[in-house]
Amino acid sequence: MPHDHADAPHSLLPPDPALRVKALETLLTEKGLIDPAALDEIIDTYQNRIGPANGARVVARAWSDPDFKAALLADADPVLAELGYYGRQGEHMVVVENTPEQHNMVVCTLCSCYPWPLLGIPPGWYKSDAYRSRAVREPRRVLAEFGVTLPEGTSVRVWDSTAELRYLVLPMRPKDTEGLSEDALAALVSRDSMIGTDIPEGPR
Amino acid sequence: MSRVHDMGGRFGDGPVKPEPQDAPVFAEEWHARALAITLACGALGQWNIDTSRHARERLAPLDYTRFSYYEKWLAGLASLLVEKQVLSAEDLAGAAAAAGDGTGAEGVAPHPLAARALKAADVAAALAKGGPADRPSPIVPSFAPGDAVRCRRPGGNRLVEGGHTRLPTYAVGATGQILRLHGSHVLPDSAAHGLGEAPEPLYAVVFPADALWSHAEHPGDEVVLDLWQSYLEPV
Repeated sequence: MPHDHADAPHSLLPPDPALRVKALETLLTEKGLIDPAALDEIIDTYQNRIGPANGARVVARAWSDPDFKAALLADADPVLAELGYYGRQGEHMVVVENTPEQHNMVVCTLCSCYPWPLLGIPPGWYKSDAYRSRAVREPRRVLAEFGVTLPEGTSVRVWDSTAELRYLVLPMRPKDTEGLSEDALAALVSRDSMIGTDIPEGPR
Repeated sequence: MSRVHDMGGRFGDGPVKPEPQDAPVFAEEWHARALAITLACGALGQWNIDTSRHARERLAPLDYTRFSYYEKWLAGLASLLVEKQVLSAEDLAGAAAAAGDGTGAEGVAPHPLAARALKAADVAAALAKGGPADRPSPIVPSFAPGDAVRCRRPGGNRLVEGGHTRLPTYAVGATGQILRLHGSHVLPDSAAHGLGEAPEPLYAVVFPADALWSHAEHPGDEVVLDLWQSYLEPV
C-alpha cells in the first residue's frame, strides 16, 4: 500500500529542521541504532574526500589518453572501478561525450539522482524544483541561466536519470591546452561541466 | 495520477539559481547530519532505495512543496522508521519533547536491531560497496537498439495503486527509440512495495523533444530516459 497519511510521523518531530534532526539523532543513538562516530565518518567522506575532483581527473585523463577515453565511453564501470571510483550512487555509470554536434546535460526529474563517487553530493540547484522541472523541457533557457549559449548547429541531449544509471558528461577539451599535464587539465574541469551546465575554458 | 515529485516539464518554477562551484557541500550543518542519519538508518536493512524514494515522494503535496531537500529526506525517514516498526510514534513524540527541553530521552532500552548499527570502521566499506541494481532475469529483452517503442498509457504503477514508478508522466504515451540495453535491473514498481525485485530488461530510450513537448525549444533536441521493459510497448 502506498500509505498516504494525513498524520505523517514527521509531524510528531519539532518544526525546526535543525531541531528535528537533533531529536532523531538523539533517539536513534540512545537506542543503539546509529553510531555518532559513523555519522561523522559519512559526513567527512562526502565533505572532504569524495567530490568533483574525482570526475575532473577522469575527464583530464580521457582528454589525454585516447585508449582510456575509448574504454570509458564503451563501458565505464570497469574503468572507473579500477580507479577506485565506485560505490553508492555510482554503481552503474555511463559517460556521454560532448561533440560540436551534440551537447549532453543531466537531470533527474523524479528526485535528484547524481553520480556521487565522481561528483560528490549534488549542489542545491541540481535538487531544485526549477532545474528538475525545466531541464527536460527547455534546456537551452536553463543553460542560458548558467551563462552557456550553444552554437546554432549543436543539438542538446538531456539525460533524465530515471533508473540506477548515473551519467557523467565528458566535455570537449578546450582550445590552447596542448601540452598541459593531466593535473593542469583537471583544474580546467568544473563540476557543472560534468553535469552539462558549463563549458570548460582554456587557460587564461 | 502522478505525484507532486513527478515535475518534469512543469511550468512556473522560475529561473535556476546556480551556486558557485566552490560553495560548501552542505549549506547547513544539519543537512550533513540529515544525510548521515539517513544513510546510517539504511544500513539497518529494513528497506531498499526504492522504498525510501517512495517514502519521500508520497509525502502530502503540501509538505513536499514546502520542505527543502533534506527535510524531505527526514520526513521520509520518519515514515519508514515508524512503518517498519523500528520506532513507534510515541518514540518520536518523546524525542521531540526531550530535544525541546535539552534533557535527552531517559531510560531508553537497547533496540533489537542495535547489532546491525553501522560502525564508523565499516563506513568506508559500506559506501564503497554501494547497492548495484543489475540482476539476472528470466525475461528476455523484447527490443533492440533502433527499435521504435511507445511508453505505456496510462502510466503509473501497475502493481499497486498510487505506488512508486520511474516512468515520468511527461513521457507517458510518447514514442521514442531504443538507444541501448542496460541489462536487467530490479523493477522499482515492485521492489518499493516489498513485492520482490522482479528484475527485467532496462533500456535507454531516446525521445525527440517534439515528441514530448508542444513547443520544443529546438528541432534537433532529445531527451533520454532509462525505462523498464514493462513500461514499453512496440510501435
